[in-house]
Formats: sequence, C-alpha cells, structure tokens
Amino acid sequence: MKPAAFDYHAPESLEEALALLNEYGYEAKLLAGGQSLIPTMNFRLARPAVLIDLNRIKELSYIEKNGSGLRLGAMTRQRALERSELVANHAPLLHETMPFIAHPQIRNRGTIGGNIAHADPASELPAVMWALDGYLKLQSAAGERRVAVQDFFVGMFTTDLEPEEMLTEIEIPAMFPRSGWAFREIARRHGDYALVGVAATVRLDEAGRCEDARLVFFSVGEGPVEAQLASDALIGELPGDALIETAAALAAEADIDPDGDIHASADYRRQLARVLARDTLRRAFERTK
Amino acid sequence: MKNRYIGKPLRRNEDARLLTGQALFVDDVHIPGMLHVAFLRSDHAHARIGSIDVSAALERPGVVAAYTAQDLGDYWQPGPLLVPPPPIKDIVFHACTQVPLVRDKVRHCGEALAAIVATSRYIAEDALDDIVVELEPLDAVVDVERALEPASPRIHEHIESNLAAHVVQEKGRYETAARQAHRIIKRRFLYDRGVAAAMENRGVVANWDEKSQQMTIWDTTQAPIPIRNGLAAMLGLSESQVQVIAPFIGGGFGPKIMMFYPEEVLIPWIARELKCAVKWIEDRQENFFATTHERGQVHEAEMALSEDGRILGVRDVFLHDTGAYDPYGLTVPINSQCTLLGPYRVPNYYSEFKAVFTNKPIVTPYRGAGRQHGVFVMERLLDIAARELEIDRVEIRRRNYIAPDDFPHNHEIIYQDFAPLTYDSGNYLPALERAVEMIDYHKFLEKEKARLRAEGRYAGIGIVSYVEGTGIGPYEGARVTVEASGKVCLVTGVGTQGQGHYTSFAQVVAEQLGVEVSDIRVITGDTREFHWGTGTFASRGAVVAGNACHAAAKAVREKILKLAARLLKVPEADLVLEGGRVQVKGKPDQAIQLGDLARQANPLRGAVTPGTEPGLEATAYFGPERGATASGVHAMLVEVDPETMMVEIKRYVVVHDCGTVLNPMILEGQIQGGVAQGIGNAFYEQLHFSDNGELLNASFMDYLLPTALDVPPIETDHIETPSPLNPLGVKGAGEAGAIPTGALFVQALEDALSDLDLEINEIPLSPQRLFELVEAAKLERTVVS
Repeated sequence: MKPAAFDYHAPESLEEALALLNEYGYEAKLLAGGQSLIPTMNFRLARPAVLIDLNRIKELSYIEKNGSGLRLGAMTRQRALERSELVANHAPLLHETMPFIAHPQIRNRGTIGGNIAHADPASELPAVMWALDGYLKLQSAAGERRVAVQDFFVGMFTTDLEPEEMLTEIEIPAMFPRSGWAFREIARRHGDYALVGVAATVRLDEAGRCEDARLVFFSVGEGPVEAQLASDALIGELPGDALIETAAALAAEADIDPDGDIHASADYRRQLARVLARDTLRRAFERTK
Repeated sequence: MKNRYIGKPLRRNEDARLLTGQALFVDDVHIPGMLHVAFLRSDHAHARIGSIDVSAALERPGVVAAYTAQDLGDYWQPGPLLVPPPPIKDIVFHACTQVPLVRDKVRHCGEALAAIVATSRYIAEDALDDIVVELEPLDAVVDVERALEPASPRIHEHIESNLAAHVVQEKGRYETAARQAHRIIKRRFLYDRGVAAAMENRGVVANWDEKSQQMTIWDTTQAPIPIRNGLAAMLGLSESQVQVIAPFIGGGFGPKIMMFYPEEVLIPWIARELKCAVKWIEDRQENFFATTHERGQVHEAEMALSEDGRILGVRDVFLHDTGAYDPYGLTVPINSQCTLLGPYRVPNYYSEFKAVFTNKPIVTPYRGAGRQHGVFVMERLLDIAARELEIDRVEIRRRNYIAPDDFPHNHEIIYQDFAPLTYDSGNYLPALERAVEMIDYHKFLEKEKARLRAEGRYAGIGIVSYVEGTGIGPYEGARVTVEASGKVCLVTGVGTQGQGHYTSFAQVVAEQLGVEVSDIRVITGDTREFHWGTGTFASRGAVVAGNACHAAAKAVREKILKLAARLLKVPEADLVLEGGRVQVKGKPDQAIQLGDLARQANPLRGAVTPGTEPGLEATAYFGPERGATASGVHAMLVEVDPETMMVEIKRYVVVHDCGTVLNPMILEGQIQGGVAQGIGNAFYEQLHFSDNGELLNASFMDYLLPTALDVPPIETDHIETPSPLNPLGVKGAGEAGAIPTGALFVQALEDALSDLDLEINEIPLSPQRLFELVEAAKLERTVVS
C-alpha cells in the first residue's frame, strides 16, 4: 500500500497553482486535504503523474460574509466550518451537517473544496450545497466562471471541471425569511459513509403555504439526487403530517432509484429514505416558525 | 496467608513504554542495508498457473531479487500440520497445508505468487506491476454446502472431494432421549465470523549474519519457540543458530500463533540467500487475504426436552468452512462441538461435523476459536425451548446447570487437547444470579419494557451462559533470578501481545519473593533468553506460564530462605520476605537485603560447598493434566429503532469466573476487549465473498469494526471458583468476552422486537439483515392472518 511515484509541486499562490494546472492538465491531481486522494493513491487506484499540493495557498482559506450569504474559500478546513459562527448563523444547514462528516481527525484536514470537487456520491457536502442553491467559482489560468451546484455534478466522481480548472470558492446565498432546513443521515457507525442521507430546505409564503422545497439525497445514486416529485407535492400546499408522509413516500418510491450493495439493499435504502425524508421535512417545516 | 500482590489491580509495568512509543515492534527494527519485500498476490480465488515471468521486474532499478515457487528448489514444501487430528474413533482427516508460493494452483484470493526484493517497499511494489502471470481461472468453491456436491470443482485434486474432515462424537444415545422427550426443538443455525483485525498487522524481519552464521528473526508471532524450532529445521540450521524474537505485538488473537505463514518461512530464507537483512510488513489490505480468518458454520441442531424444560439430549450436525488449507487441524470445529455443551448437563449428545475446503483464506483459531458457534447453537435451542415450553429464559438455564457437586464433570467426548472433555470445577448459579441482579432482569421484564413500549421504544433484554475451556498443556517454563541489585529478572518462553504479562507474571513472582512488582523485569518472547515453551494462545498464558512463574519463584524463595537462615543463624520458619529483604519475624533490625543475599550466593572468591549451584535462581516448568474450565454469564439491554433497524446497546453486564484473579484491572481489560470483538462479530463485521471467491470488502471502509462509540461501558463482576488443577487456582480469561455475544445479541433483539414473533437464527446481523428478517416476519403474519 505504497503510492506509485509522482512529481510533487507545492505552490505558494493560486496563480502559481493555476499555472501548474495549466501545464499538466490531465496528468495532475490537486492535493487539498488528501482524505480521499491519498488512500486512493496508496491503493494505487489513482496514479497521478503530478501532485499539486494546495496546502500552502493561504488565500484559498476563508469564511466571509457576502451580503446575508457566505463565501467560502475552497481550502477552508471542514473543522473551521464546523466551528464558524458565521456558518452557524448564515448557513445553519451546513452547520448542522458538519459533525456527520467522518471524524474530527478527518475534518481537521479535509477541505470543503476538496470534498465537493471529489464528487463522491456518498458525500454530504454536495447534497447540502445543492439544497442551499450554492454556486461554485471555477478558475483557470485563462479566467473564471460561476456554476450552479446543480450543474456541477456530472456523475460518480465526475464534475464539470475542465482539467485546467480548479474549484476555488463556494458561494452560499442568503436565506429567505420563513425558511426551514434539516439534515439527517443513517450510517452504520458514526462517521461512516451514510447508507442514505438527505438535506432538506423549505420556504413558506406569507399565507403559510409551501413556496419552495428541496429534498436532496446522497448515497442513493451517482451524485446528489433531488426529489422532484416530492417537491411538486409540497409546493403550494399547507404543510402537515399527511402531506409530509405523502411527499416522503414519493421521494422514496418514485424520486430515487438506489442500488443495493453489501451494506444496504435497494429496498432498505428506500425505507431509510422515506424515514429520513419524513423526519427532515417535519423538522424543516417546524423551523420555518 | 493473605495475598500481597496477587489479586491487586496494579497498574501495568509495560504501559509507560507502550504509551510513550518506546516499545519495540517488528516494524521498528531497522538494520543498515536492509532490503524490503512485496508479494504479488492472486486476484483469483481458484486458478491454474501457466507461467510467472519476473524478468522485467528484475530490470527495474532498485530491485535486487525476485522469486517464484520454482526458485525455491527443495525449500518449497507445504507447511507443517500444526495440530494433528485428535484420537477420535473413525475420524476422517485430510491434511492440506499452505505453500510458501503458489506452484501449480491458486486456491484462495490473495495467495502469494511471487516475492520481489528491493531497496525500498515502494520500488518492490512498483515492480509487482512488471510481473507477467499467465493463469487459467477455474470455477471457485465458495458455498460451504455446495462444496460437497459431486459436481463441485475440487480444490485439492489428490483427495476425492472437498471434504477435509468428518468427525462423529457421541455420548449416550440421542435417539433414546428423543423418544422420551416431551418436546423436540429443531432448527438450522448459521454462524459466521471474520478477521481478527489486530491493530498491528503481521511482519517479519530476518537478518542472516554470514560471519557469525547466525539468523535473527523478529516475528509477530504468538509462539516464538515453535517458530524457532521449525525454521531451524527448514533452513538446515541448528536451533542455536536461530534466534526468534517476538517483541511487543499489537494484538494476536490467534492468527499470529505458530502458523508458518508463507512470509514467515520465506523472509528468513531470502535473508540467507542474499546474506543480509530483509523486512516484510503486511499492509492492511494483505491482512484480509494473507492472514487467517475464522468464518462460517451451518448447524442442523435439535434438542430433546422434558416437560419441565430439562435437556434430555442434543443432536447437532454441522458443516465447517476451513478455507483453502487446514494447517491448524480440527481445533476450531472441535471447540464448537465441545463448547456447545456449555455449563449444562446433557446426558445424551450426538455431534457430527464435516470440515470443508473452500476457495477462501485459511481458517484457524481467532479468539473464541469456534466456541462462539457452539454456544450460539446451544443458547438458541434453550431460548426457543423456553418460549415453547413457557419457561423463563433464566429459569431454563438454572434448571439445566451442572450442579456444584457434580465436578469434575466428564462430558465423555474428546476435547481439542486430545483429553476427554472434563470440567475441572465450576459453580454456575451465583454468576447467573448476580447478572440477573446487576441488569435488573425481572424489573425490566415486569415494568420497564412495557413502559418504554408505551413511549414507542423497542427495548429488549438478553442473558446467556457459556463455558470456556482454557489453560491447556502441554507446558511452559520460567526462570527467576534475584540480581545483585536486589531486583528480580523473570524470563518465560511465551510471547506477549498486550495481555499484561509484564505485570501479572511479576505479581505472581512478587507474591513469593516480597519485592515490588515494579522491581521485577520480565522478559518474554525471545528464544535466546528461554529455550523451551509453546506460546500464548488458547487462554493459556496465565494458567500455564503463570504457574511456571509461580513454581520458579517458589524455588527461589526456598533458596533465599535457606541461605538467609544460615547467614542470620535462625530457623527458616522464623524468616519473612518482604520489602526486598529477608527479616527475622518481629525483629526488623535482623535482616538482609535480597541483593546482598544474591551476591553471597555468587561469591567471586573463596570456596563454596561442593554440589551447590550459584545464585538465587531457579527454572521451573508447569504442565497441567488437562485444561481448566472458566465460565460466565453475559446480559444486555438493547434498543432497536423499528424503522431504521439501528441498534443501540444500552447496558452490557459480564459476570465471569476464571478462578483466582491475578490482576482484576488486567482481567477487566481482557473482558472488555473480548466483548468489543464479540459485538463486532454480532452486528458489524462480515466478510463478503463474490461467487468467484473474491473478497469484496477487504478494507476498513467496508469491513466494519465497532468503534469506541459502538461499544458501551461494560459492567463486570467476578465469581472465583479456583481450579484444582494448578497451584494458583487460575483459569484462562483471554477469550471469554468474545464468546457469547452473538447468542446474547439475538436473544435481546428478539425480546425487543417481541411484537413480531421474530426468531433470529444467524450471526452476524446488520441493520440491513434485520430489516429483511422483519419484513419476512411481517409478510408471514399477513399471510397467516
């Protein structure tokens, strides 16, 4: 379990890193927190010729207010997000999620950008950013573009990033009034990849009807999976237990199409999805009050 | 006399070294110029070898040598049969032992095909990609039941089928019991186990010194002396030329016993070929394939009972998956067969098993060593009988316990140590009653359960019994020396892998010599320090080596008293040993320090009495006539979320009887560690094989060990029924915690889900599997109603 040989670069600035990425493109892998990449390299499942270590680039690590929303540098450690008051106040869903991501030791190293760009379908943060309607800043030596999270994930471990591009910033928009949120996952042991997890956001109109609802699952498909039929059932309605049960059942039976594996069959995943959808929706609607 | 050191919860002598990273482990051994080895392992579970070409690997800079089976010449031999079959009438046993490198056929995934020696492990692993292997994949034998079908592929072509062994043991006549029975309970049980997952993987460093013609081997073995003897013979060296050191070892649990693993046999051979030091450290992925497992058995069992719930007889027929080879003989299935009987009176017993070869890694003992499987069957049969006969679960156990005056109790079948299965001593009811009291069994069933259920919570209670055969022979030895400093050196042949030998053995010696435990330096696991012995496994360290330490310390005590009596001119009976000195009773000023005595016993000048031996030193051996039987009761409270099937253990109680307790704190550690592994076995750990024998979850991402968060605080208490078979009265405790957890888990879960009339006859479980079982039970109820 030793990695194959690779060339190693440790740029001190973003500009330098983008230049290296421009030079090596496909051959290079960016090293952020290394919590997924390094084990993959040790198993020799990944054999990048070049490793560009981003850990010395201080300018990529920040948590800033952006109006009533937030801007997060891609190299911000997960532990910093977990402990950030700004995150707790302006992105409470993200705050609620952080302790479920692996273990403190991993969160001390793991970064938000590394996690999102890795696009692991069992990962919490892509689903949470999706539910929050986040935006991602992708930079290259040639320029930058802003992509909605929903358009970023292409498939399992696959994103919209070009080989010369780097995810540099995550933008979380401001929460509307009368918004609610909730996160829950079921894992075999605390810190494991979830068997199923879901992030929920809802918003009520002034009459108390559901104006917007997002249920974004993870560990049930190739990436984050939004339960569209469940949202349709909720929007325009007055939230209540029966409605929530209906939406949860739709989400579990119609919106998602999970696979089975050694830890959970498809049927068991649907059962968990129904329970989680119900519980998170309940909690989210309670929080609108 | 009241014990001064034995039985005290003393802090461990070795902990300062371990906790500050100062203890030597095999991977800490660095020798200038040392080379590193990586093994090419088969991805296939069953395949015929065409050719293995290492020539490209040899071209790679940094690669020093590459070996296949062909390169080993006469050194290529199947490994030794470590445990021959016991003397049981009409036994069938086919010995097929592992080979150092595959020559003709791969028989399990991960079997080693070639070894690369390079200047670093990195380069050695790079070079594995350069090896060209041509092989013909064959259909794999995975399912233990289908393995015996005539159409099944054969794993060892020189034997007729995949049958490794067939054993029948019988006591009384089960058929007669069944005819007289009021009720017969008959079920099929599945019990699977996994990897020991010691924190430290295996590793070997071998250094051949051409000038001194000495081989030094650091090995993560539980049995350095047998390894020294075996390797010396294989390498054609004298035992005096081979030193095997088992330094600190990060957990053994059985798979590190004297296995003569391919790597263990090859690394010293390579060191001698290349005349240098060579290191191989197993990585975690290799550990899943290359280190032995324990796995599944399928039992078809029945119990005949009287109307009042007394066992009239048990019949059990089972299959045992032994993997691709069976170097450890029949220890695991014999343990299942024998331990099934538990603490119960079973007048009639018919037990038959077939051990079966499959294309899976080798099965050898792992903490509990088959006992889990047997205990599960017996406890399940009793639980089901209790339900059908409407007798309380605790009561049915109480009614069937062997009475305290019925010892020694001969079960009339042959045990793993080849002797009749005879329990030396036991007193089971006090432990049961204590556990019932500690977990508040009756209050839970009468009040708590219904109260929680009214809140929508599904809680359940379980309580099970077991025995553990421990402390088997043949023997161990120890040497105790009082040094001129007044400190004591204790050397024993057994190794150590975390059990606290540096302290518990020292306590035994301190008891006799009256010195502080911290003033006793303990040396274990170095064949140059002690020539004779077997090893630390089968819960035998405290019993066999502990009593050898006791005997050696007593002999030294006699020498001390004899010499002191002569010097102080008083009768021996007037002397006491305490505080590191010998003193005349009631006269503290008339004393002599042990260090002074040691110097007097080893004079540099003058004449000694002819025939005397120098020094205050003695070597002694201990071999019990048979094993000592420990026992215990585990109880637990669980809560299940009926929607997600996630389970939480609310309380876990262990009442244990291992005879005289040497150090209750160390004992508690043993119990807790065992229970943690038992919980892993019951609810987290499972090896998943594909239809072609690939191991699908060979990493800690997918092979789930319980973490600190999943193991509850364990409440323990002890009953002491000393063994009459050894002077200290001790019984082993190493495996106790791990044995009954599976049986306990299902009983408690069934109780929690009692609304569903669920019957669970398998281990391991998982939330996924519970979900399936519950859905099936619901479906059945719908169909019935």
